[in-house]
Amino acid sequence: MTDQHEGFDPVIIGFTCNWCSYRAADLAGMARIKYPPNVRLIRLMCSGRLDPTFALQALAGGADGVLITGCHPGECHYLEQNYKAMRRFQLLRRTLQQMGVEPERVRLVWASAAEGQQLADAIAEMVEEVRVLGPLSWRGQGNGGKLLRPEAEEAAEVGA
Amino acid sequence: MIDHANAPGPDGAAKERIGVYVCHCGSNIAGTVDVAEVREWAEQRLAPDGVVVARDYKFMCSSLGQELIEKDIKEQGLTRVVVAACSPHLHEQTFRTACQRANLNPYLCELASIREQVSWVHSDKDAATAKSKAVLCGAVQRVAHNEPLEPLRVPIHPATLVVGGGIAGIQAALELADAGHPVYLVERQPSIGGHMAQFDKTFPTLDCSACILTPRMVSVGTHPHITLLTWSEVEKVDGYVGNFTATIRKKARFINTDLCTGCGICQEKCPKRVIDKEYEAGLGYRKAVYTPFPQAVPKYPVIDEPNCTYFIKGKCKACEKFCPTDAIDFNQEDELVTIEVGNIVLATGYDLFDARRVSQYGHGRLANVFTSLEFERMTNASGPTNGKIVLRDGRTTPTSVGIIHCVGSRDRNYNNYCSSICCMQSLKFAHLVKERAGATVYNFYIDMRTTQKDYDEFYQKVLEEGTLFIRGKVAEVTDAARQPGEEGKLIIQAEDTLAGKQRRIPVDMVILSAALEPRHDAKAVGKTFGISCSVNGFFIEKHPKLDPVATMTEGVFIAGCASGPKDIPATVSQGAAAAARVLGRISQGEIELEPVRATIEEAKCSGCRICNDLCPFNAITFIEERMVTEINPALCQGCGTCVAACPAGAISGSGFSNEQILSQIDGLLMLNVEHAAAPAGV
Amino acid sequence: MAEYLLYPGCSMDSSARAYQQSLEAIAGPLGMTLTEVDDWNCCGATEYLGISTTPAYALIARNLAIAAAHANGPRTLLAPCSACYLNLAKADHGMAEEPRLNANVNEALAAGNLHYEPGSVDIRHLLDVMVHEIGLDDVKAKVTRPLTGLRVAPYLGCMVPRPDYHKRWSDPEHPTELDRLLKALGAEVIDFPLKTHCCGGHMTQIGPDTAYELIRRLLQAADQFKADVIATLCPMCQLNLDAYQGATNKHFGADFEIPILFFTQLVGLAFGFEAKELGFGSEMVKANHALKRIGVEPPPPTEEEERTKRRRRPRKDSKSLPMPRLSGERGAIDD
Repeated sequence: MTDQHEGFDPVIIGFTCNWCSYRAADLAGMARIKYPPNVRLIRLMCSGRLDPTFALQALAGGADGVLITGCHPGECHYLEQNYKAMRRFQLLRRTLQQMGVEPERVRLVWASAAEGQQLADAIAEMVEEVRVLGPLSWRGQGNGGKLLRPEAEEAAEVGA
Repeated sequence: MIDHANAPGPDGAAKERIGVYVCHCGSNIAGTVDVAEVREWAEQRLAPDGVVVARDYKFMCSSLGQELIEKDIKEQGLTRVVVAACSPHLHEQTFRTACQRANLNPYLCELASIREQVSWVHSDKDAATAKSKAVLCGAVQRVAHNEPLEPLRVPIHPATLVVGGGIAGIQAALELADAGHPVYLVERQPSIGGHMAQFDKTFPTLDCSACILTPRMVSVGTHPHITLLTWSEVEKVDGYVGNFTATIRKKARFINTDLCTGCGICQEKCPKRVIDKEYEAGLGYRKAVYTPFPQAVPKYPVIDEPNCTYFIKGKCKACEKFCPTDAIDFNQEDELVTIEVGNIVLATGYDLFDARRVSQYGHGRLANVFTSLEFERMTNASGPTNGKIVLRDGRTTPTSVGIIHCVGSRDRNYNNYCSSICCMQSLKFAHLVKERAGATVYNFYIDMRTTQKDYDEFYQKVLEEGTLFIRGKVAEVTDAARQPGEEGKLIIQAEDTLAGKQRRIPVDMVILSAALEPRHDAKAVGKTFGISCSVNGFFIEKHPKLDPVATMTEGVFIAGCASGPKDIPATVSQGAAAAARVLGRISQGEIELEPVRATIEEAKCSGCRICNDLCPFNAITFIEERMVTEINPALCQGCGTCVAACPAGAISGSGFSNEQILSQIDGLLMLNVEHAAAPAGV
Repeated sequence: MAEYLLYPGCSMDSSARAYQQSLEAIAGPLGMTLTEVDDWNCCGATEYLGISTTPAYALIARNLAIAAAHANGPRTLLAPCSACYLNLAKADHGMAEEPRLNANVNEALAAGNLHYEPGSVDIRHLLDVMVHEIGLDDVKAKVTRPLTGLRVAPYLGCMVPRPDYHKRWSDPEHPTELDRLLKALGAEVIDFPLKTHCCGGHMTQIGPDTAYELIRRLLQAADQFKADVIATLCPMCQLNLDAYQGATNKHFGADFEIPILFFTQLVGLAFGFEAKELGFGSEMVKANHALKRIGVEPPPPTEEEERTKRRRRPRKDSKSLPMPRLSGERGAIDD
């Protein structure tokens, strides 16, 4: 991704959970709270649905950061699945760090359905942090980010 | 990144035929996003991905807007629909239903939120338009992978489990039973009645609590459709809405209820007296074998095992000797009962704040400081003093009484919330003291909260009766006399904020209006039923204003003080409301469950069992014989945690599959658009 | 033997000599070795903290730094005086919570080649250690002369139970530790409602009328509950209630005669020590009645006391200046 504009505008993919953080984002909308347009949100039923592959896919596909959000611990609609998201997030961060990706590019934010302002603030904060880090440009390295696609056509069977 | 699932087939046409609809929402979207540009962009740049028609319209959710979609489905043979508009939480159902009317499976319709998440939160029009394209692209990529799903239909069992036999539970149980459906009412005390059975008079009408409660209790006890399980607790709940299985532990009463006539001779003859901490709030006594109060329902007593001489020392058995029907059974054991119900109502009530925690008020240390519940027992005609208001010596009538509001409420050190009923309760106490003891009464308050019907009139009446009101939080209740006239009295030291001075008021008796707190085991009980508690410890309702009796767990309802302090009228209303909701479900006979759930492809499952421990709903079980894991679709709530965890990718989550999400990611990053050749002029 | 660092404070050598003596006596039986902090300085009492923050805290922290630096020394610092105890605890807590204060104080200490890391020393009060570390069972085991029949009012004063930075006390308003200790000594403990109320502190110097009223309340409450003695923890409280009892009586036309003792003196009596060994005799309101009640021989009057009884009070030093008074009080300059 070339820097065509003056200054760099990060692209961040955000994962939200249907019950809390997605509703928080909606609440921010209803309250007309303004935040930077750099985050594009995906709705999951639960933060526990977050397969680390999604985060890797996003980064490999050209995103400069990944935002993972969910219900506060103890308030998960599915009782305790956000704890699993928490565990995966820790491992994801560490793995990314070993791959040379700055840990600040992946952030975990808990937001209840009433916390529209807090979510907007967290988004604004993250956009600035990632802006300072600069573009990730993963796609520029290696095989165009296809390494993570499980059903990648390229993984053809090799004869013995 | 080419989306191969929807890539042009050998004949050059994409597999799916996608219709894209961009809503203006008046100026809500169109004022910030260039909807025409987005439409045109979708028509041209997303054509290779299957978009065959792209429209924009002022209000897609209107009937005309919906008709656009229906027409296109029929005439253009659309196989997928994407609507870029407001939040799916608002209109997903609307557009899904529109698709259904045109015979397209409703789950083949996706919503892209460009209002709440774009036009309303971004001011830069170019950025908003660009983001809308990305969001739309994500939805288009995703929808190609949507599967036609059918909702699960589960039958609703007509029986209901009501937990808690206070006035909330009684109300709910009676409404359900009167409608002709079976109810199981479980209560952990030996009798139903709850806290209301302890009160003397109830505000604002000052009618006798027992007089209005006991007829209801009797109705419950004799109702043909109510199975009353007292001295029992729910141990385990399995299942899901419409089909719950509950295991209830009927604790041993050591009384054979088939033989017991409720004559009461056992209680009379029992030589062991203990302080009654439950019903008499520690102010009176009962025997080791007891019914909590004379109007108890059911009338059968229980033996308090930890305090029974026979169980402690092996001697006595006086009750057995004197029982005319041989109903005492020391060998009785706990019984586990399993029941099937369709819905559950939790009406477990409250616990009173422990006023000893406020050490400066002297409860537990100074003899004549009483809590509200203790005072209720004192004023109750069948209480330990037969309704006489006396000091701890049991004889002396107080000449002056101080009543302190907000003990443990509205206090950052204990509970920050207001307990709702204490002001009215304190006024009631003031009135009773004046009426029965003729004493001088001082009420120490912060604010006067007399909000409901006839409440403020009650306040005015008490004012006219001559009760003295001092506005100020009490600093201390002490027995240290400082001035003449204070010896032998309890001195209440408070700042009179209206008079602007410190007051020391000597009284004979102090009553503390203590806070209403959640039950001490509320969290554990919540976990048993799959609902959560708020920061303050009360059960959380689905929506505090618009859905106060439902919870986030389908099929479990809450009523009464279990969800927060409230007075009797509100409690009764909530009991009735919960019953009405359950009746609605029962009358429909079945409920539709969202088909968002996980399934395991057995061929891919290696039996690693990583997923087994991940499900809080016990939907995942391991089948030993075939060494594979299975998911029960009815129990599965669709969170997707197991889908994410499976290393072999053997678990797929319908509605939120890996393919759908990965495509959406690619779409949001507009990777497909970059690779496709840009048509001229765009 | 358990080792403790001891920060005596200024009053131990002067007005609270009885506290010092009785503490030294009971330390042995309680299995405590007390090592005095080397070259300790005044803690600044109560006033300095209100005047200038960094110097005040640095003054206190110097002691903490020396205590912490005791090579292979014990980690628990005991301060028998309430104000010293509170000041040490406050400095430690303040430096832990406020990084700027920490930096400023350590900068000041560095001038004397000292440094204090907050949390390096555990500041405990003697009563806390006796009840929660040594344990009342051990204390009870050492009692050879139970104080049977002696009605004691436990008075902790305000500075020890509050603020309770490390949750050491059972309750900030009505702590039971002193009650339980006295009960273990066999005394009859009254449920003293003013056990943590203010004694007036330095108001005896600044606004005597206020001080007398506060002292009167305490004495009256003890009298109301028929206490034989008031057992206190704090040298200031002891001074106020004892040395100013006469003035208080005069001010209100009362006739209280309640001896004010240090709790360590009572512990010493219960452990079998003689009154003289525990500093008895130096108190203004004599404890002789109370001692006789538990069968202890009161100490003989000192020579000076004999002489004072015989001759008049010496004349006031004519060089002393009149005491300052707040306006509105008797003798104020704008009267």
